[in-house]
Amino acid sequence: MHVLKSLIRQPSALFGLLVVLTVIILALAAPLIAPFDPDNQLFEGLSLEGAPLPPGGQFLLGTDTLGRDLFSRLLYGARTSLVIGLVANGIAVTIGLFIGIVAGYLRGFFGNVLMRFTDLMMAFPALLLAIVLAALLRPSLWIVAMVIALVNWVQVARIVYTETRGLVERDFIMAERSLGAGHGRILFLHILPHLMPTAIVWGTLGIATTVLLEATLSFLGIGVQPPQPSWGNIIFESQSYFQAAPWLVFFPGAIILLTALAFNLVGDALRDILDPTQRGRG
Amino acid sequence: MALLFLRRIVQTALILLGVAAITFLLLYALPADPARMIAGRSATAQTVANIRHELGLDQPLLSQFGTYLGNLLHGNLGRSYAQKTEVWTLIVARLPATLTLMLAGIVVEVVLGLTLGTIAALRRGGPVDRLVMMASFVGVSAPQFVVALLLLYLFAVTLGWFPMSGYGTFAHVVLPATTLGVLGAGWYARMVRSAMIDVLNQDYVRTARAKGLSSRRIILRHALPNAILPVIAMIGIDIGQFMGGVVVVEAVYGWPGIGQLAWQAIQQVDIPIIMGVTLTSALAIVLGNLIADLIAPVIDPRIRTR
Repeated sequence: MHVLKSLIRQPSALFGLLVVLTVIILALAAPLIAPFDPDNQLFEGLSLEGAPLPPGGQFLLGTDTLGRDLFSRLLYGARTSLVIGLVANGIAVTIGLFIGIVAGYLRGFFGNVLMRFTDLMMAFPALLLAIVLAALLRPSLWIVAMVIALVNWVQVARIVYTETRGLVERDFIMAERSLGAGHGRILFLHILPHLMPTAIVWGTLGIATTVLLEATLSFLGIGVQPPQPSWGNIIFESQSYFQAAPWLVFFPGAIILLTALAFNLVGDALRDILDPTQRGRG
Repeated sequence: MALLFLRRIVQTALILLGVAAITFLLLYALPADPARMIAGRSATAQTVANIRHELGLDQPLLSQFGTYLGNLLHGNLGRSYAQKTEVWTLIVARLPATLTLMLAGIVVEVVLGLTLGTIAALRRGGPVDRLVMMASFVGVSAPQFVVALLLLYLFAVTLGWFPMSGYGTFAHVVLPATTLGVLGAGWYARMVRSAMIDVLNQDYVRTARAKGLSSRRIILRHALPNAILPVIAMIGIDIGQFMGGVVVVEAVYGWPGIGQLAWQAIQQVDIPIIMGVTLTSALAIVLGNLIADLIAPVIDPRIRTR
């Protein structure tokens, strides 16, 4: 409650929150709102010369090169983006939490190996790795989510590791240990709760990264495959037409930008609110 | 110092070895079959098997990796499957284009980021500050391919100021470099702003002000060098970001660099090229971090004594 109140008090965070909620509602209610079937190639969706129709009139945001309603495709595309955003980022944060917490708690040889592995992943060009993996696997929604998760956990692991190391040194953990608590109890009941703010912040910021990454992969044609609509592959499909039909690039592009921006704004505000070093100031 | 240097070299070598091992494992574990790609769809099973034997793909994974590492130690990245050329030659031929693009991208992001961040810090809390911070958020959230297509539409198609695509003159580099730099500029503006605010509150800045120095001199000579440190550290990490971004930017602008080479290789399952580009990128990232570490003491004397 306190967090929500602080969020609403900042205009930029409020804006972000409203956009996030709107996107979620639109995605959930896509079948109710969409005026047309997103995959239906409408005869009246193309001009007499076979060109896509500009925005306005019967088709709110115009039609694409196959005569499908762009607005409906964008609505269903929101589902794709959000599902991948939540799933991929959820997995990434979970892996990051697990590796960071274990490495930070165990330290020693095993912890060291885990962190060196994380360092190694930092030296990997993430987007390049994702592009290679996505291109060589037969892409589907779930493969794309896995690929994104596989490249995105590294940053979370680093931060969680540093925080866990700090926590392990604290007196309350020492006290707990001298009371005879086992590793599991200490990890899950005492350390994990302290890492929740970090997980929430990165869970939010990471969705922005994920949405952008999915759009990029789909734009290159190696993400979510048409006809299943995704904001990235709508642009991929109409890229060669974009001089004649710029709205096919601008609307999806603006929506990707707006969504990533909204998650970034909320995540950034959450970081200010939840960051332990900020707490108790005023 | 020599020991430290040696340690860094060993570390770098280990990281590259690790990157090579992981990439190799991933590429060979994937279902895509390079022999089938080369042979074409209509080839017989025998032809595919022959090609597989020719490329050494029928050897056990570990011995393949051993051969690859042995060649790597001799500076040999192998031959491209599709183009039959040395991978190293292909990469070297593309390197100048990508380095030009990356360098121009770094200039764009550093200049934009420093200027905007400094202005925002000086106007802290005001409308200019808020505008700059919002803009930096937009920059960070903008997908590169959308920025690329947008710039192309505005400045190449509509206004005709810059060419649509290609390579060679200064005009060609402006749009791709801007696309590449927008993202980093957003981060830098935010970082410089907060570092600048910290620095401007320090006693020595107040002293400088009390001495009667012009605010221009205080900012440029006293505050900025201290606020610039996090940016230098970031440039190293940035190079990694760039290597991915370069694939997208080069694809949209038809820029004949390493990104394009990688992109073609990925589509043809040309594993030696993919390996080569990944290793080159990893090397660039590690070198970028190393250079950042070396430059930091030159700018900040406090690190030298540490």
